[in-house]
Amino acid sequence: MQQIINFIIRNKNFLLFLLLFGFSLLFTIQSHSYHKSKFINSANFLTGGVYNSINNVSSYFNLKSQNQLLSEENKQLRSLLLNNGINADSIFVDSLMFGKSYRFYTSNIIKNSYSLSNNVLTLNKGKTDSIKQDFGVISSKGIIGIIDKTSNNYSTVISILNTTSSISALLKNTNHLGSLIWDGDSSEFTQLTDIPKIAPVKIGDTIITSGQSSIFPKGIPIGVVTEFKLDQAENYYEINLKLFNDMTSVEHVYIIENVNKEEIKNLLSNN
Amino acid sequence: MNSIFSIHTIRFIALVFVQVLILNHINFLGYINPYIYILFIALFPVKNNRVVLIMLSFLLGITIDMFSDTGGIHAGASVFIAYIRPVILKSSFGMIYEHQSIKFNTVDFGSKLTYFTLLTVLHHFVLFSLEIFSISKIIFIFQKTLFSSIFTIIISIAVTIIFTRKSK
Repeated sequence: MQQIINFIIRNKNFLLFLLLFGFSLLFTIQSHSYHKSKFINSANFLTGGVYNSINNVSSYFNLKSQNQLLSEENKQLRSLLLNNGINADSIFVDSLMFGKSYRFYTSNIIKNSYSLSNNVLTLNKGKTDSIKQDFGVISSKGIIGIIDKTSNNYSTVISILNTTSSISALLKNTNHLGSLIWDGDSSEFTQLTDIPKIAPVKIGDTIITSGQSSIFPKGIPIGVVTEFKLDQAENYYEINLKLFNDMTSVEHVYIIENVNKEEIKNLLSNN
Repeated sequence: MNSIFSIHTIRFIALVFVQVLILNHINFLGYINPYIYILFIALFPVKNNRVVLIMLSFLLGITIDMFSDTGGIHAGASVFIAYIRPVILKSSFGMIYEHQSIKFNTVDFGSKLTYFTLLTVLHHFVLFSLEIFSISKIIFIFQKTLFSSIFTIIISIAVTIIFTRKSK
């Protein structure tokens, strides 16, 4: 017994190092698996508060370009509204409802990140705005990611620029389904796998969300095909695609809630 | 004792804020960022208890991790260099370290540069290995380590020079 205590006292530095390094490894491994990291995230009171107060100042710097983006989106929505023959004066059209089954919330990104291999963003909406895990996040130009952790006033988003994320997507022309992943290299490009060999892929084809995952509605734009080749087994294509979104300068985003999600989930779990 | 304690508290908080609010967003050439918060570990008094340094490094790392949503990679790398710091001190300062009388303001530039370089390269290598977490991308890990280390070393040396001038 005496010897054991002596051993611990003699090696206390090394044992402490092992313990703390083990903790760090545990947190790291947790952060590499989807929806697992528990304690260490930026949606808490302290980090969210710091980022929010800094964002209050720094958002002024790119006010001009963000306004440009928003007014472009307004232009697009207006032309949609008027060209569809709907008279905006007489009929009330609630453009926030997407076929009545999706609910939209607006939010701002208060911490952006795109240079790591597992990028996580922070938003300034949380539980008090009824934001929950697995809501989708998009911007006016396309897809951004999926809500991961929420605190009372803040939430974190697993960006599509995250090696653990995988989102179902399809070729707009032919409806072939694949999954969107990221290899961690460039913030402009992501990869689409599992598109069968039979699909007629061409450079310049548009990729959209599939609407099968009950997170995103069908038809949210993702990007265009820039190059494609067959994988090693020669059964599926590996497609490189350029994102519509410039992930380095997104600020105003929309959070999408699928109202029927619980119902779909219950149905699936009953089987 | 009290003034030393408060200096290190202020240094800790200041380095965390500078790191997470400014330096994490530089992204030079797409992915190169300096990580100068390791100055806290590098400039920690040599005479003090090693247990305290290892604990504080973990706290420092986990704070940075919390801000940047990176799991435990900064904590792991910081604890690692805090643990092996005596070895690096010995190899870069030699005799002065043996006599336990290092003052980081007074040591000559060459050995200080060696000390920072060793510490930074080791820290960055552990950091990026944990971040990328894949043997098949070892080239990318080395590339990131090399470029970020150069950036970190230049900025840390500049910061130490600027702040020692002021205190004279």
